[in-house]
Amino acid sequence: MLTVPVETQLLFAGILFLLGLIGLLVRRNMIFMLMSIEIMFNSAGLAFIIAGTRWKQPDGQVMFIFILAVTAVEVAIGLALILQVYHHYKTLDADAVNRLNDSNNI
Amino acid sequence: MNVFFYIAASVAIISTIMAISGRNAIHSLLYLILSLLAISVVFYLLDAPFVAALEVIIYAGAIMVLFIFVTMMLNIGQERKTEKKWLNPRMWIIPSLLAGILLVDLILALKNITTITVTNQSILPKQVGISLFSTYLIAVEIAGILLMAGVIGAYHLGSQKKKVTHRFLEKK
Repeated sequence: MLTVPVETQLLFAGILFLLGLIGLLVRRNMIFMLMSIEIMFNSAGLAFIIAGTRWKQPDGQVMFIFILAVTAVEVAIGLALILQVYHHYKTLDADAVNRLNDSNNI
Repeated sequence: MNVFFYIAASVAIISTIMAISGRNAIHSLLYLILSLLAISVVFYLLDAPFVAALEVIIYAGAIMVLFIFVTMMLNIGQERKTEKKWLNPRMWIIPSLLAGILLVDLILALKNITTITVTNQSILPKQVGISLFSTYLIAVEIAGILLMAGVIGAYHLGSQKKKVTHRFLEKK
């Protein structure tokens, strides 16, 4: 049986979440930003699993399955949007998509 | 068993760092797959074998493959000098080493499975299914609607519009 304290396990989930957050903040490539969002979703699911194991209830795993469904939809829509942006702008830089910016009107 | 947790957690954290700090998108995606496999080992150690299987099948198997296909479709290869690094065997050492550590980890954990006394404490897929389709039935239906919306939205966004206007009528 795993006897790692729950605090350490949640610390692991928190470190992964923070890494995803750092990636989302630092990178400007849209593929990398979507990847970072994936990391954050996954660490949230990990926290659910840790809590479900702590309380010996299946609810954590049920929540992970819902997170999985939401992630699948998010990736499908996000990648379709990335394809459209690349088709229009010929770049994946998130800073290039600033048509709505007031100072950059055509 | 605690050692396995720490090893898998370290592999997950290191490969996630490599994934978010890489320059090449394909390399980063492969590191992210390695990170997901390490998290799957953690799920297995946390007495959630069903979710560990789902993590490998859906996350690493379906979502990441979708990412890789889109990255290949976009052909993000403007920096051609990175291709030379592919031939450098030094690039292969760290991923192989981390994946090897995970493999040894998993083998040792599976070898120890006979010594673990099977308790009723482990949450089996049966309990998850019963809870999913009784308590959370409404949420399952909402997730179905969400997936339907996702399919329609991805089809609508992904379709390339054909030009129907005559070329003399086009705005310059």
